Amino acid sequence: MGEFLLVTIQVDMHDQLALRLQDDLSNAIQKYETKGVLIDISTLEMVDSFIGRMVADISGMGKILGAETVLVGMQPAVAITLVELGLALPGVATALNVERGMALLRRTIDGAEADGATIAG
Amino acid sequence: MADGTISSVLKKSSKELQASWAKDLAAALPSAKGRISANELEQQAAEFLALLAAATERTTGGDITATEYKPLREFLEGVSRSRAHQGFTSDETATFIFSFKRPLFEQLRLAAGKDTETLADQTWQASVLLDSLGLHTIRTFQKAREEVINRQQHEMLELSTPVVKLWDGILALPMIGTLDSARTQVVMENLLQKVVDTGAQIAILDITGVPTVDTLVAQHLLKTVTALRLMGAECIISGVRPQIAQTIVHLGVDLQGVTTKANLADALALALKRTGSSLKH
Repeated sequence: MGEFLLVTIQVDMHDQLALRLQDDLSNAIQKYETKGVLIDISTLEMVDSFIGRMVADISGMGKILGAETVLVGMQPAVAITLVELGLALPGVATALNVERGMALLRRTIDGAEADGATIAG
Repeated sequence: MADGTISSVLKKSSKELQASWAKDLAAALPSAKGRISANELEQQAAEFLALLAAATERTTGGDITATEYKPLREFLEGVSRSRAHQGFTSDETATFIFSFKRPLFEQLRLAAGKDTETLADQTWQASVLLDSLGLHTIRTFQKAREEVINRQQHEMLELSTPVVKLWDGILALPMIGTLDSARTQVVMENLLQKVVDTGAQIAILDITGVPTVDTLVAQHLLKTVTALRLMGAECIISGVRPQIAQTIVHLGVDLQGVTTKANLADALALALKRTGSSLKH
């Protein structure tokens, strides 16, 4: 993946696991000087408000550490559920699949670097 | 079995009953001539008589929900449904049953002779029985009509929200008619699935055919837009008529940054630009 990190969420997450994930992820972003994170939820058939919040948190966290986050592969039924729950996940970038997600990340990062607007450690 | 009972009359005088009933039916339903053949009517009358005779022989109780009456009930349900499809009104259908009263009462009177008690009793029982059967056909008739309406509604729902591919990566959804929550659900499911199937990046929702956009309709539209965004696709709303634009502003509806265009052509041009293609005149 080069400068990107791919996180694939396949199982039901509970509190502990989610916190562990956020921890591991933030450490990895820092260690590998990651510019972009892809969160792949294409195998998730159900998403609740907890996962929604977790993704939003990871996204925010990543941004602060200088990495852009893209959520990829949401299934139609999941999208409808989130919308009905009122979880629009504003501020979280999305893409249809990993390929598109990487293209989006590339565009965003190149754009940000052109403006010279990165906060990186 | 005594002479004056319904059951014995039905068995002994079936020919007279059939003839008398046929005459009454012709008088009561002159308009039936075009929609149902005399043959079919005759057959239905004959079968009704036979089934009624069989049922009353097995039970003297007047409760038509009893198992003895099942064949008769099912027969009447069939008649009722076919009449509904043939375009008869519900009272025309019930008249089929009610017009049997006079012939039956006549035969009961003849069979009872001087036994006025049996006559009064059986006449009343026959009346109650035929009333329940008549009501049963009306009930079935209503249900059959409702089934037709429901099916048509369902078909309209399916037909009225097709998703079409305008170009590589660009889908269009022309919406016709009012947008309620049921339709929005169908629309979202179809559209999102199509996005996955075609890998589309942009969906154009054309609302030229939506008569009014109030806060509720706007909510439904925005739900669709949000769901699309969550899947990584972009949405453009086109076909915004001047009155709709005014309504949106007056109601203070927040379109949350959704791009809107007055017509589909403009929306397509924009979509093409965003996906990296362009049109040359």
